Amino acid sequence: MVDASPMTGTEMMVELALIVAKILAIVVPLLIAVAYATLLDRKVWAMMQLRRGPNVVGIFGLLQPFADGLKLLTKETIIPAGANKGVFLLAPVLTFTLAMIAWAVIPFGDGLVLADINVGVLYLFAISSLGVYGIIMGGWASNSRYPFLGGLRSAAQMVSYEVSIGFVIITVLLCVGSLNLNDVVKAQEHVWFAIPLFPMFVVFFISALAETNRPPFDLPEAESELVAGYQIEYSSMSFALFMLGEYANMILMSAMTAILFLGGWQPISIFGLLDWIPGPIWFLGKIFAVLFVMCWVKATVPRYRYDQLMRLGWKVFLPLSLFWVVLTAGVLVGFGWLPVKG
Amino acid sequence: MNLEVLVFYLFASITVAAAVMVISARNPVHSVLFLILAFFNAAGLFLLCGAEFLAMILVIVYVGAVAVLFLFVVMMLDINFAELRQGFLQYLPIGGLIGVILLVELALVLGSWTILPSAGGVAAAQTPAIGDITNTDALGRILYTHYLLPFQLAGMILLVAMVGAIVLTLRARPGVRRQSISAQNARTKELAAELKKVSSGQGV
Amino acid sequence: MDALLKEYFPILVFIGIAGGLSIVMILASLVAGPQKPDPEKLSAYECGFDPFVDSRGRFDVRFYLVSILFIIFDLEVAFLFPWAVSLGDIGVFGFWSMMIFLGVLTVGFVYEWKKGALEWE
Repeated sequence: MVDASPMTGTEMMVELALIVAKILAIVVPLLIAVAYATLLDRKVWAMMQLRRGPNVVGIFGLLQPFADGLKLLTKETIIPAGANKGVFLLAPVLTFTLAMIAWAVIPFGDGLVLADINVGVLYLFAISSLGVYGIIMGGWASNSRYPFLGGLRSAAQMVSYEVSIGFVIITVLLCVGSLNLNDVVKAQEHVWFAIPLFPMFVVFFISALAETNRPPFDLPEAESELVAGYQIEYSSMSFALFMLGEYANMILMSAMTAILFLGGWQPISIFGLLDWIPGPIWFLGKIFAVLFVMCWVKATVPRYRYDQLMRLGWKVFLPLSLFWVVLTAGVLVGFGWLPVKG
Repeated sequence: MNLEVLVFYLFASITVAAAVMVISARNPVHSVLFLILAFFNAAGLFLLCGAEFLAMILVIVYVGAVAVLFLFVVMMLDINFAELRQGFLQYLPIGGLIGVILLVELALVLGSWTILPSAGGVAAAQTPAIGDITNTDALGRILYTHYLLPFQLAGMILLVAMVGAIVLTLRARPGVRRQSISAQNARTKELAAELKKVSSGQGV
Repeated sequence: MDALLKEYFPILVFIGIAGGLSIVMILASLVAGPQKPDPEKLSAYECGFDPFVDSRGRFDVRFYLVSILFIIFDLEVAFLFPWAVSLGDIGVFGFWSMMIFLGVLTVGFVYEWKKGALEWE
């Protein structure tokens, strides 16, 4: 590490080992969580349709994700003859890597974060704006009709909702006065931002669905129209990486919702009755709750048509969130409620 | 060796290598991908200077938005690569001229910062002490008040860009049926359906 | 400055680990799975016939328009970030300064809307 006094080699190695240990402490549980998110998705979906869902491998199908993973691992990797090989393989790697590294700045508890950077919110915004590359690259490199159309649709869709997500984040930042995620959570000690900024909370959640290509915005991979969109030509582990990245992004978006609007690791304060539960548990509970709603939406809402999707993004969310930025700033300035710094 | 120096050389060498690949890659899509890599490492260099806000904005705006447009253009247009190569020599003089002008301008900017006697005043003015506050905050404190005019000018330029993009690309396509939500919602049962009493044996 | 870099270093390591992990996963499947390519398997996915034309054709100019508009609004958001953070210090003047900026862009947005650039067909 860089320090005022130069470190010796061993000190540096110890520091590095510590960082690697911390990263593994994030990545390993995250991957397990992603595996179970796929199961959760299928189970919730099944239950809402009065089916059982996966229940053969392990009790309640608990080993299903691992069976799926193992199966994908032992499948043949097919790279289409017309494909651009380098880009074709780079796309899933990129998707997966981006979905992982975003977690570096997520605060799991008070100060419990790998990289406590000053611009955490911007970092997350930047990473989520890069997510579109995996999909465009995959769609283009496959050199096939459906992936190409899927990639195109997806790019335009993600880009459209990115704008309203940006404005929503601004409204939250106005109430916080800092880009540090830990500060964002701390600012919600008394009231969660979901309450005063309720419309923005809804806009953010719906935009998060669109960003992660979840139903009802799953046009890029619309099974019945585009077969599977940009993923068609992928098989084996390269397909699995796309899948893992997609679900990791879902969990990430849930985490962002929890941090920006649901008070992150802050406990629900009922006269301090539940304060003994540690922060990370609260945080995970909130992530789970948002994740459940995402699965719920999948089971209940029909898919949007493309023109409707674009109209919702550009003509409803964009003006609405822009108006709320102005309104929030106006109220804060007008009443002198702006967060003051030292 | 200091780690900071090591990381600097890592980022700097990748930036330069990627930049070279941008102009030498055969496939234009690869060029854009290398351009993205170059942007990314430039963001890393910004970070090393302590400019974290600029680094993130570079990634958000250039990598996340501008490069997406570039990719759209080169991916989706059928560009004949061989034809593009042929024009290389033809455009060399004008390309070289632009390069030289850019270089001179850069030198002028750099020169005016170090040579001009007033430059010291500009650099010292209005910048809050670094260390007390984050550099996003520092930027915010002067950008909207002290540099009001350039800021508003930027807004105007964005407006022109928006109007220009629409004027250049938008064309009305005839015969397209659009959904009118308000018209749909305004329809009532009375407007949509008509009930007729048909007595038996008579037909309509 | 050093403290700042100290916070970013783990991210660099993280990128390395995550990227390495994904490459290892792909390589592992190459080793673990059978590799028996044949021309039919490697052809592009279609409904039983060979693709007639190259799939990377021209497409609607609207996609370009959307991405250009996105760049403009993204820049707008980028300008809003420092403003949102420092609004407490720059007060009413800073507030109105941004309102003019947003007003100018709202004019553009209204123009866009009226011209039908946001319509999708």
